[in-house]
Amino acid sequence: MKLTKDIIKKHGLEPEEFKNIKKLLKREPNLLELGIFSAMWNEHCSYKSSKIHLKKLPTTGKQVIQGPGENAGVIDIGDNDAIVFKIESHNHPSYIEPYQGAATGVGGILRDVFTMGARPIALLNSIHFGSPNHSKTKSLLNGVVSGIGGYGNCIGIPTVGGETKFDETYNENILVNAMAVGHVKKNKIFYSKAKGLNKSVVYVGSKTGRDGIHGASMASAEFDENSEDKKPTVQVGDPFTEKLLMEACLELMKDNSIISIQDMGAAGLTSSSVEMASKGELGIELELDKVPCREENMSPYEMMLSESQERMLIILEEGKELHAKKIFDKWDLDFVIIGKTTNTNNLTLKFNNKIEGEIPIEALATKAPLYDRAWVKKKPVKSKINLKDLKKIKIEDALFKILSSPNHSNKSWVTNQYDQSVMCDTVQKSGSDAAVIRIHNKDKAIAVSVDSSANYCKSHPNSGGKQIVCENWRNLITVGAKPLAITNCLNFGNPENKEIMGEFAECLDGIKEACEFLNYPVVSGNVSFYNGTNKKNIFPTPVIGGVGLIKNLTKPLNHNFKKDKSKLLLIGKTFGHLGQSCFLKENYSLKVGVPPEINLLNEKNNGESLLELIDNNLVLSSHDVSSGGLITAISEMAMSSSFGAKIYKPKKLTNLYEYFFGEDQARYIIEIEAINLPKVEKILKDRDIFFENIGFTQKEYFEIEGELKISTKELYEINNKWYNNY
Amino acid sequence: MKSSVIVFPGSNCDRDIADALEKMQFKNKMVWHKETELPKSDLIVIPGGFSYGDYLRSGAIAGKSLIIDEVIKAANSGCLVLGICNGFQILTETGLLNGTLLRNKNLKFINKDVYIKVINHESKFTNKYKRDQVLKINIAHNEGNYFTDSKHLSELHNENLIVFKYCDKEGNIDDKSNPNGSLKNIAGIFNSKKNILGMMPHPERMIDDIISNKDGVNLFSSLLN
Repeated sequence: MKLTKDIIKKHGLEPEEFKNIKKLLKREPNLLELGIFSAMWNEHCSYKSSKIHLKKLPTTGKQVIQGPGENAGVIDIGDNDAIVFKIESHNHPSYIEPYQGAATGVGGILRDVFTMGARPIALLNSIHFGSPNHSKTKSLLNGVVSGIGGYGNCIGIPTVGGETKFDETYNENILVNAMAVGHVKKNKIFYSKAKGLNKSVVYVGSKTGRDGIHGASMASAEFDENSEDKKPTVQVGDPFTEKLLMEACLELMKDNSIISIQDMGAAGLTSSSVEMASKGELGIELELDKVPCREENMSPYEMMLSESQERMLIILEEGKELHAKKIFDKWDLDFVIIGKTTNTNNLTLKFNNKIEGEIPIEALATKAPLYDRAWVKKKPVKSKINLKDLKKIKIEDALFKILSSPNHSNKSWVTNQYDQSVMCDTVQKSGSDAAVIRIHNKDKAIAVSVDSSANYCKSHPNSGGKQIVCENWRNLITVGAKPLAITNCLNFGNPENKEIMGEFAECLDGIKEACEFLNYPVVSGNVSFYNGTNKKNIFPTPVIGGVGLIKNLTKPLNHNFKKDKSKLLLIGKTFGHLGQSCFLKENYSLKVGVPPEINLLNEKNNGESLLELIDNNLVLSSHDVSSGGLITAISEMAMSSSFGAKIYKPKKLTNLYEYFFGEDQARYIIEIEAINLPKVEKILKDRDIFFENIGFTQKEYFEIEGELKISTKELYEINNKWYNNY
Repeated sequence: MKSSVIVFPGSNCDRDIADALEKMQFKNKMVWHKETELPKSDLIVIPGGFSYGDYLRSGAIAGKSLIIDEVIKAANSGCLVLGICNGFQILTETGLLNGTLLRNKNLKFINKDVYIKVINHESKFTNKYKRDQVLKINIAHNEGNYFTDSKHLSELHNENLIVFKYCDKEGNIDDKSNPNGSLKNIAGIFNSKKNILGMMPHPERMIDDIISNKDGVNLFSSLLN
């Protein structure tokens, strides 16, 4: 078969890249080989546009056992316990087929975690939809939420947290990012690096079908009006088989039978075999007629590019084949030796005893294209808000508008569809600043949170990048956890566009700076480019998933007010920054100005001081102040409890909008016993921390001196309407 | 007291219930679905989850599995059987309990803490609870909407076979406090001999104050009584 320009283009390869392939092979590839190159060299698998920027991120630290480059990152939480975690996008498939797209997103990220030997203990997600008024939003929301629930509920891993957001920027390209967290003994971690010659390469799990062929290539292109036609490239999930696969793998991992293991994710059999061989600097030979197939007459091309779910590739120690097969038989899963490791450094594909394709491993892996794409710095935003020009609005009405908005409404409509409690270790569920999961049979726990701030990142990518890391860090602090490390999912538009590439580069600089300052390294992650349709790109949306440690889980801390007449302190300075605020967006439909500035020194000091207060048992409840400002944060603390609060009028700042709705960073509200006030003040003063005494809790009513008085019950009702009426 | 937890492929609350039983001092064994013999047990538990993926109808395939014949035999000879969530669905599929569990009224999976009232507090399973005691307990299911015919329903009422009903915090049993559309707010029932209990809520999730509360503890301690 002659490879025409059209065929090459359909495989997503540039003419220049095709030339390069011929050079590496020293001949023309055949169709099978072309397919394999297209699978390995696309953006999704090769990170060709992002790699040089990703290198800047801090990835090491005392707490890091494994940074990026493996199936997932691993951190040390002491006592021979380690936490494995990663976040990944499934944006494109979820837009085309929301239920299956979201479900397989969850399935894929779970495999990344249990491949490393960890039992998954929590799932989180960050999902972004278009405007609620857009014709597709409702069905996409329904499909994605039931897909996430359908998979996680069935396999029996609690979905404990995440964020659900709406903005017109996602009208034609939604985001579905799924994060999984697992627990493993430090000395029982499994890696994907192959070792040794003539070792059996074993295929386990589901059979291979024709689903998902070229899925990774789809995820590496923009959408257009024909995107619906791409439905067949979306994989179909089977959480039941995944549950069996997980149990079988974890059972086999109890001893030393496995040399290396890799899940078949994007680009299926191709990427898993190439990655294992590449890391081990070996060759790998596969006999494709042995691959268990779900459909008849599948060609080598289809087998190598299928993205059928719930499959794994394992390289076994010699003589362990029977033992391993017994385990997979018990779980009624396929177990077939389909090849072996070789010293040729080639990927050799045989079918009916004939070599159908042979490609040097390094051509697919280390020699994949690498681009330093052109990018431009974001022009500074000049638009300023003049509060005098805005229509006057009552503080009360502005608050109601925010609390009843889709983005700030209570999300129990979403989270009640997820099993949050299975495994009996969920200490804190969705709705808190961070989820808290106990380590099974121990009295320590991890805290996890997922965050994003697309509006900030659009307006000022560098500040935006810093801000999400800080907000994520704060969320872990408020539940009393020491933040340890993050995973990130970088959702951006078309990297061939200079402005978009600029957003990426600058956001990453921001993330890097914050992570370095806070000793909060990046241990895993995923880049998703080409989020857009017909040249309309989404706002830059890096999503940060952070993990922290609670060493002594005695009394879980959350943001619900606990008592009558406790003191409320605001840690951190209030300047009244309204640029890119939720106040302007919800009340005036304005996205103007720049995001609040980030002072990393204050972030660190304020956060660490709060941790000291928490460790000294001085805090009854705590909440970070973010979108919606001080007044929204206090409302949230009240709504989730049976208490209200009385807040004093500010003494200095004259503008109440700025004081109550400003989104200045590095701020927390804490509730403390009145009797402990001197102790708390001393610790904060010793550490030179700015704080204000802003009021106290009271029964029933949320009150601002002379401005508003409303029952918390009413607030709760306002906050709980939107989803049920949508 | 000796207990056995039946493990089907797709069971996912098996570890949770085993932990709860062990914490409550039961001597527990896990029994794989392909077994054809049951260890000697005073209590058999069929845990929650998605047995065989529940792709056909919840509990349908598990109701025809190898081990289930042994469970039926043991149940018929008086052994105590507890089916939680998917376990309840499986018990109705085997015919050990009458009625069926339909999809939730709102057609969505529901996971939240709800309130249930102890209607029968004089059984092997509930003797440590007080009459009409209200428990806060977690539910997590797609098909928990209990339905049965009118003849069986009156039998349930007349013979005091309804164990738990959904209610609100104050104990009011009405449509508002019914999370899934169950007939008469039924959350758990006995067979006529009262040695088999099927319930949708998860008592094993309610034995620890750090995670939730201890409202489920008395179900296990009743059995030990």
